[in-house]
Amino acid sequence: MKESSFLRVDNLTKQFGGVRAVDTVSFDLKKGEILGVIGPNGSGKTTLVNLITGFVKPDAGKVFYQGKDITGMMPHRIADLGIARAFQMVKPFYQLPAFKNLIIPLFSPRVKRLTGGKYGDRDAIAIDLLEEVGFERDSFVPFKVASVLPHGYLKRMELALCLALRPELIILDELFSGLSMAEVASMLPIIEKLMSENMTIIMIEHRLRELFRISNRVIVLNYGKKIAEGLPKEVMESEEVKKAYLGSETE
Amino acid sequence: MFQGTLIYGFINSVILALLALGFNLTFGISGVANFAYGALYILAAYTAWILLTWLKINYFLSIVLAVLFTSFIGGLIYKFILLRVRGMPISEVIASFGIGLAILEFFRFLGFVGSEYTLPVFIDGSVSLGETYVDIQRLLIVGIGIALVIFLWIFAHYTKTGLAFRGMAQEERTALILGINSDKMATLSLAFGSGLAAVAAITILPLGQVAIEGGYSALLNALAVCIVGGLGSTGGVLVASVLIGYAQTFTATYIGSHWMMIVSLVAILVILVVKPSGLFGKQKELEERI
Amino acid sequence: MEYRKERIDRGIKARTEDIYALFSYREMLYLFMPRAIPILVLFLVTLLAGAYWQKVLISTAVFALLALSWDLLTAAGMVSLGQALFFGVGAYITGILNHYFKLSPLFTIPIATVGGGVVCTLLLLPVLRLRGIYFAMVTLALPLMLVRIIEATKIFGGTEGLSGLSSLPSIRFELYLGLIAVLAVLFFFRRLINTDYGLVLRGIRDNDRSVMRSGINIYWYKAQALFMASAVGAFAGALMTHVYMFVGMPVFEMDYSILPIASAVVGGMGTFAGSMLGAFILVPLSEALRGVGGLRIVIYGLFLVIFTVALPEGIFHYFQRKYHQFERLVKVEK
Repeated sequence: MKESSFLRVDNLTKQFGGVRAVDTVSFDLKKGEILGVIGPNGSGKTTLVNLITGFVKPDAGKVFYQGKDITGMMPHRIADLGIARAFQMVKPFYQLPAFKNLIIPLFSPRVKRLTGGKYGDRDAIAIDLLEEVGFERDSFVPFKVASVLPHGYLKRMELALCLALRPELIILDELFSGLSMAEVASMLPIIEKLMSENMTIIMIEHRLRELFRISNRVIVLNYGKKIAEGLPKEVMESEEVKKAYLGSETE
Repeated sequence: MFQGTLIYGFINSVILALLALGFNLTFGISGVANFAYGALYILAAYTAWILLTWLKINYFLSIVLAVLFTSFIGGLIYKFILLRVRGMPISEVIASFGIGLAILEFFRFLGFVGSEYTLPVFIDGSVSLGETYVDIQRLLIVGIGIALVIFLWIFAHYTKTGLAFRGMAQEERTALILGINSDKMATLSLAFGSGLAAVAAITILPLGQVAIEGGYSALLNALAVCIVGGLGSTGGVLVASVLIGYAQTFTATYIGSHWMMIVSLVAILVILVVKPSGLFGKQKELEERI
Repeated sequence: MEYRKERIDRGIKARTEDIYALFSYREMLYLFMPRAIPILVLFLVTLLAGAYWQKVLISTAVFALLALSWDLLTAAGMVSLGQALFFGVGAYITGILNHYFKLSPLFTIPIATVGGGVVCTLLLLPVLRLRGIYFAMVTLALPLMLVRIIEATKIFGGTEGLSGLSSLPSIRFELYLGLIAVLAVLFFFRRLINTDYGLVLRGIRDNDRSVMRSGINIYWYKAQALFMASAVGAFAGALMTHVYMFVGMPVFEMDYSILPIASAVVGGMGTFAGSMLGAFILVPLSEALRGVGGLRIVIYGLFLVIFTVALPEGIFHYFQRKYHQFERLVKVEK
């Protein structure tokens, strides 16, 4: 029996004190799929990501990546396997230039393996990575200190940090939060390019219009439980989903 | 001998608990590890001694004033020093450590060294429990210890400040939203913790001498109990004090009193290997800080 | 008319940023002087100083090593309240090897340096996974506990310690060994922290979750930093042991833990040169203040508090800033 799912999440559960942050959530992900994860604030989306990426150990349930059980593994081991995650709260090294912020992932064993043991010029690789996410190449922007960069660029840096690992699965946690319409519009091509390269992506988002354009499938969380799963259109027509979102903003 | 060891073991446990409670409380509420704890402990003792011996003030008044004074100093330390470095753990540790050091060594410098520095026991005399003689002071320690734990429990569950403390300990941001002033609470938590240190001091130190070294061992013992029990957990502190207290006493009786401190060290090392966050520790490991 | 203070890099600093510094003697001097002058002064002093002050200088070098070690740990996010642990372990390993196994300092010092590093790293390994406060508490507790153990079990000489250990060729030799070690460690750590490896360490301090998700095992790197720092501390202990030809319980004393922190805080945390500077200020100062006895530590304690709260950048940073930047008042546009 061959495992056809790229990522399989099986009844993941996590309780913090009296609150069930994630409640028996399961889903399957095929390679190259774009899965959207939506739900009101506090529905457990980030905790779910933390559980998958090893930052939090689940109380119950399992996570399988390419058939391998990665439940409860250390975050750096999971990243080493090719799962990259972006944080919702961007915290770069403000006093360092943008490209210097990219050096740390280039130091990892994974990158070392993938580049055949030679790191090459890390600075050059970093600048290339920044260009991939839309930093203007022949400008001073990659060299600017992170503290002077607008939020949109910091978010791109966060994405670049993920791409530095040359991952096979990227988990984005509200990449578009805090960005203007124009900034979001300029980031979409980057995501689309990743899609064309058959990258598997999980995207947590509040900006549903953009998310529905990109994602193949969507799951909806509410109070830690998965309440819907399917095509974006189907999901939005579900009564339960509408009830969950009633009162909260949709953009 | 065995019965005696059982009894003295219990007394030792209560002493350790008394010592650790203040430190644990401050940390649990405001996340501040008060490395000036030992200094405040000794400060209380010397203050009581000064009031008693030089100013010839009535004993009970002296100890009450000493407790109040120490609490006040504890609060001041937070308000004027630690508050300014809040959120920078390196600076917090260094600053509290520095002030504790300065206080302790200042007393040493002023010459508060010698056998005349003792606090009188509450009531003299001893009582026999079965075949063992126990001095009343030690019994009083147990009594006060138990009373204190009960008092703290009632305080934490039934008074406004106590509930605020618990709120802060559980989830600071939510507490802020509910209108609890986190800075004021932190100041109070330090004052409270220092007050507990003072109570411990005036209860325990009559058993022996007041010495600067006592400040360092008080801090050490409090740390050991808190590490083993789990920082921030009162239940953990109580259980850890019993474990370490009995271990120490049995070691002292059957092996040799020099080895007592080693017990604490071994306990720390064992806990670090088995469950680093402490027995009842709620210390989330690094990964789980969200 | 409101003004705000503005700090701008001096022209000469900007001109010396890159390879352009090589184009002019003035710029090269600007970079060279701050490094060369202190070293020259240092060696001048060692030549001119009398025997008493030479011993003080050795002491200073030892404390400077401990301060550098502390600074490295801090750069990687670990606050050590127990430099005495590294110092004492190194000292005892040296003493034991020399006393019981009759090894000469040529062997005892290197073995103690590496061995001390290994022992201390292993001891502290379990706490690396926990919040920083645990590291601080355990490093505080361990030296104090070790003293009690030695006292109780009477091993390694017990309260008497081990005396009559081998000495080093001459005071000159000790002095130069110490100072060269300090300079070597200073340059090594400074270079290290500015490399990409150093960036990983600083990342672990500032945002360890980000480093973890980048596929890097932060505990391995923390252990490495710990090893380097404790080896340096152990070396300091080993050196001191042969200088005084004695090792005993006092090697775990608080002094060896506090003074390095005070040096770093006063001199400037984060720049290794600052910690070294701090040691070079505080140790001779404390010698000069011998008279006031116990007040010395009180002053250290107060220094810790005052500098941490009021002047967290430390003396070195302050002077560095003055050297590289100038300030002016600028009108605020309303």
